[in-house]
Amino acid sequence: MIRNLTCGEFVEFLWRYIEGDAEGDEAREFERHLAACPTCVSYVNGYRQTMKLGKMAFENLEAPVPEEVPEGVVRGILAAIRKG
Amino acid sequence: MIAWGAARHALWLLPGVALWATLAVVSATRLGKQEDRMDENDCDGLLLERLKAGDDAAFEVLVRRHAARLLCVARRFFRNEDDAQDALQDAFLSAHRALASFQGDARLSTWLHRIVVNSCLMKLRSRRRRPEEELEPLLPQFLEEGHQVRPSLPWRDLSDELERKATCGMVRSFIERLPATYRTVLLLRDIEELDTKETADALGLTENAVKIRLHRARQALRQLLDPHMTGGLS
Repeated sequence: MIRNLTCGEFVEFLWRYIEGDAEGDEAREFERHLAACPTCVSYVNGYRQTMKLGKMAFENLEAPVPEEVPEGVVRGILAAIRKG
Repeated sequence: MIAWGAARHALWLLPGVALWATLAVVSATRLGKQEDRMDENDCDGLLLERLKAGDDAAFEVLVRRHAARLLCVARRFFRNEDDAQDALQDAFLSAHRALASFQGDARLSTWLHRIVVNSCLMKLRSRRRRPEEELEPLLPQFLEEGHQVRPSLPWRDLSDELERKATCGMVRSFIERLPATYRTVLLLRDIEELDTKETADALGLTENAVKIRLHRARQALRQLLDPHMTGGLS
């Protein structure tokens, strides 16, 4: 049986919808709520954009690093290596 | 490149560079010059040969070349600078031990990145469990009948490159502000792209606990970004 979710329930359990854990009636409850609630549409779109931005913020692994590593840290590593 | 390749071999055959200190300077200088002309794969290939031969000077080059970037990775997991530096040191010790088994099937930078993430995880796991930190103020609030206290507004698109870069910087600083238990799950799942089971195993959590923590971390990050992404209208 398909229930009407409140916005609170929708947002709290959204992870089940996003991760694909919600199936059948449960998935349809999320979809029905989305079809009727522009606020939650904005919430989900922002949530998905947050995921993309998180990835984007760290994806350029090869980009130049803005700061140098402290010399003491390098020396500490090399000393530890020599010590074995 | 062919001429440089010949010159590279000639340099290796030069006599009189037996002193360790001299070798270190020569190696660092030569590798530095080579970096101007070669891409990273070529540089890593040359360096790897020397690392596998147990060349200490080459290891110093490796540390100096990669430490800054790897320290940035460790800092994502630890707010405390000493912890981040410890994790970095442990990572280089592990790398030193594992060099013999490194097949060169991934780039050195990628291999080291994985090692530093593992080192951070081991350090996190070795700590006594702390009570859950409070995330409540960063989660959306709801009225009794179930509606959001502050209804969500649509986010704008980031079409401008400069604005995208600024937003990425903001995202990194907001992630740093998340409590460690949530930040770690977010980093492993969304940034390092481990799957739920791998993350659960790494942190000693159930898969459901990982999913719920990840959801809360994303919600908190969304909340922090909201004023910027709605243009201050929310």
